[in-house]
Amino acid sequence: MLSKEKIAQRIAKEIKNGQYINLGIGIPTLVANYIPDELEVVLQSENGLLGIGSFPTEDQVDADLINAGKQTISMVKGSALFDSAESFGMIRGGHVHLTILGAMEVSENGDISNWKIPGKMVKGMGGAMDLVSAARQIIVAMQHCSNEGKSKLLKECRLPITGVKCVRKIVTDLAVLEILPEGGFKLIERAPGVSASTIQEKTEGKLIIPSEVPEMEFE
Amino acid sequence: MINKTIKNAEEAVKDIGSHSVLMLGGFGLCGIPENCIAALLERPLKGLTCISNNAGVDDFGIGLMLKEKMVKKMISSYVGENKEFERQLLSGELEVELIPQGTLAERIRAGGAGIPAFFTPAGVGTEVGEGKEIREFDGKLYLLERWLRADFSLVKAWKGDTAGNLIYKGTARNFNPMMAAAGRITIAEVEELVPAGELDPNAIHTPGIYVKYIFQGSNYEKRIEQRTIRKT
Repeated sequence: MLSKEKIAQRIAKEIKNGQYINLGIGIPTLVANYIPDELEVVLQSENGLLGIGSFPTEDQVDADLINAGKQTISMVKGSALFDSAESFGMIRGGHVHLTILGAMEVSENGDISNWKIPGKMVKGMGGAMDLVSAARQIIVAMQHCSNEGKSKLLKECRLPITGVKCVRKIVTDLAVLEILPEGGFKLIERAPGVSASTIQEKTEGKLIIPSEVPEMEFE
Repeated sequence: MINKTIKNAEEAVKDIGSHSVLMLGGFGLCGIPENCIAALLERPLKGLTCISNNAGVDDFGIGLMLKEKMVKKMISSYVGENKEFERQLLSGELEVELIPQGTLAERIRAGGAGIPAFFTPAGVGTEVGEGKEIREFDGKLYLLERWLRADFSLVKAWKGDTAGNLIYKGTARNFNPMMAAAGRITIAEVEELVPAGELDPNAIHTPGIYVKYIFQGSNYEKRIEQRTIRKT
């Protein structure tokens, strides 16, 4: 089973040179730490920044410069600032190439649930519905099972959904999976030491297992 | 040049009555109209509808207005960081309408730009789309969403001039420019107020036409929600 850092590290291998990328809160934020230096990519923060840099040093902290998780940040050279309407304009307009976000459930046809649990205080969807409705590629980072051991890769989402047929790839602590256009989770890679049958046991939705499924590789 | 200057926050908010619809700029606690919120707390207001991306924290921002029970309804995209908010919501004292953040921003932009409704893909097939018109364009489904406008918009900028022109700093811009345009009466508070002519017209983010009153704010706390730093 992979740690959160390892999930982030594996997702970073999906990033291509020249991409504009929006990273959600949680594991997706960690992906920034593993983007190879030789790639030129730009991180978008939906509260109005292209070009998120590292966290600031104590003397660089600026209350007027935060990310969408309300954390203080810095800007890289060549950054641009804008308002929230412009920000979501570039998201809905398909200009952001890749969105990486967390999920509570994903269904075998690519529906995602990540904003509301009935009976619990609902905090809101923030920008998630806008992001999943329009990004060209959406990768979900999550644990394969809930804390109670229940599969989060389902036939159909049980929780209220955030977006329909939008997820194409999922990286969990057990596996890398692709969602096929006709439906179903195709097993692409296994976490080191995790067998395909274990992944089958922990996947409620339809799992397609090719004859050869390599283990994930880390440098 | 028309002079929009008023003395202070107290004078700025004196005409805001109970049951008004307010827009308040800011994302989290970044770029919020601190001085106007403080002045509102001194007034015996109730039944306000507040349109703001977030609802502050327990002891700062809109959280302070919630504590005074001034707010009847919040229209936001994310309201997570506030225990008093949660208490009032669960007890039924407070109504909340949650809107996808991009839809919220665009509804406000539309309000200021005279566009009564528009189609967006966000929320199709979810609870957000229930009861809304859905239309297909080029093979994809979109929801009809309506504009938002307010009786008063309270915005915060970094610099402003006496003509009401505004410049924001960093990510404190967020919802402020659209709200400035969508308020029937827009009140701008700024960290630095200068005479008309001193700001570079090329650098103006919000043209003064949208601003009814402007004042120089004071004692900005600019509280940070998540202070994250690196060692070196």
